[in-house]
Amino acid sequence: MRYSAFHLVAQALRGPRHARPAWRDAAPRPAYDIVIVGGGGHGLAAAYYLAKEHGIANVAVIEKGWIGLGNAGRNTTIIRSNYREPGNIPLYELSMKLWEGLEQELNYNVMVSQRGVVNLFHSDAQRDAYARRGNMMRIHGVDAELLDEAGIRRHAPFLDFANARFPIKGGLLQKRGGTARHDAVVWGYARGADARGVDIVQNCEVTGLRIEGGAVRGVETTRGFIAARKVGLAVAGNSSRLGAMAGMRLPIETCILQAMVTEGVKPLIPGVITFGAGHFYISQSDKGGLVFGGDIDAYKSYAQRGNLPVIEDVCEGGMAIMPMIGRLRVLRQWAGNVDMTMDGSPIIDATPVEGLYFNGGWCYGGFKATPASGFAFAHLLARGASHPAAAALRLDRFRTGHVIDENGQGAQANLH
Amino acid sequence: MRINCPYCGERDAEEFSIQGEAAGPRPAGDDAEAMHGYVHLRVNEYGPTEEYWYHAQGCRRWLLVARDTRDHAILGVELARK
Repeated sequence: MRYSAFHLVAQALRGPRHARPAWRDAAPRPAYDIVIVGGGGHGLAAAYYLAKEHGIANVAVIEKGWIGLGNAGRNTTIIRSNYREPGNIPLYELSMKLWEGLEQELNYNVMVSQRGVVNLFHSDAQRDAYARRGNMMRIHGVDAELLDEAGIRRHAPFLDFANARFPIKGGLLQKRGGTARHDAVVWGYARGADARGVDIVQNCEVTGLRIEGGAVRGVETTRGFIAARKVGLAVAGNSSRLGAMAGMRLPIETCILQAMVTEGVKPLIPGVITFGAGHFYISQSDKGGLVFGGDIDAYKSYAQRGNLPVIEDVCEGGMAIMPMIGRLRVLRQWAGNVDMTMDGSPIIDATPVEGLYFNGGWCYGGFKATPASGFAFAHLLARGASHPAAAALRLDRFRTGHVIDENGQGAQANLH
Repeated sequence: MRINCPYCGERDAEEFSIQGEAAGPRPAGDDAEAMHGYVHLRVNEYGPTEEYWYHAQGCRRWLLVARDTRDHAILGVELARK
């Protein structure tokens, strides 16, 4: 069924009892060409593009719970492509281009809102660093604009420019950045994949990978064995658990990233604003709540909940640039498990096991990459070769020394 | 999260900084493959794990902390240098 303004009006008049599910809750069949483990945005997008771009629809997406309840539903919905490293920029810029046409592509309202992402700077040295980043972006054809203090005052006049410790000197603006509706992205890809014949299998946890003679044969699940010629892992947050099933140690630590949302207020924050002297980023949901977050909790955890010191640190960052939010009440706080890699960049690559492919290590940048990650992973699964935009995101780059370290932190995962 | 330091007693985890998995001794410098594993690869255990923590705002000792990554429970603390 194609959604349209006519469809919307007709459904409004007919009432909700005529509503139809947007995708089937499929039971697993005994065998598929390709099984994708993980029903988050990345896995569903990969399945969608496999069916649409490569004509491979005999595909199942296996999800241990309900689709979109992992990191796809726990992120802060920011989209941007303001990266610096040549290995990263092509993928994130491909993603931005896909975001810009995603609603038409999926015939689904994913609420892409390109109102700009501003990274504030607070010192001369930081201005130089951001100018360099902006130049790198522009060399790669990405939009970037260096704003001085007056420019930031026009963009966001409510900021605390005269803060004694962290005065705002300007910022790097990516106008095409902004936010999207995370749940709708999951649902839109699920609907599109399902319509093309992909099975979305929920409440089906993978308990093992069947590997014979160095090649993958399928996945053992709580709903029985499912045979597959190829298996793609898209389970960021739990990558090491799945990797261990294939006998791999991965360059990943699982940490928790927290986020918070306040009570709803009138339209206030244009796009996304980030604090440059600490770690704090904020946007406003369409419902009015201010959505913000900052650093990860530095220790490994699969708990999907964090501790209070990081919340305090995040809120201090917020108070440093916009003290007016001090009287708002935080309504909800949550956390997701994130794959922190040893260089802070993701991995989309084949593994040493024949037919087993890996997509993960998204650190805390996974949501914005959803369309391109799925696009590149589908390319890899279908053709066995990396998509050009993801050519640098190799699993063995740590062994060969071709790391993509945006922040120059070295192999300490929790510092990225 | 609180860590029971052998010297200082039970303290807020904020006083400590984490170094990472207790991965055993550093391999010899001429074994590139072992060094790659030591520097870059992690078990990233789902469940009980052992890590090095540094009591930076206390006794400044390195500790070996056993911890459950599923629920943040501290299972045991001892000095890293026995």
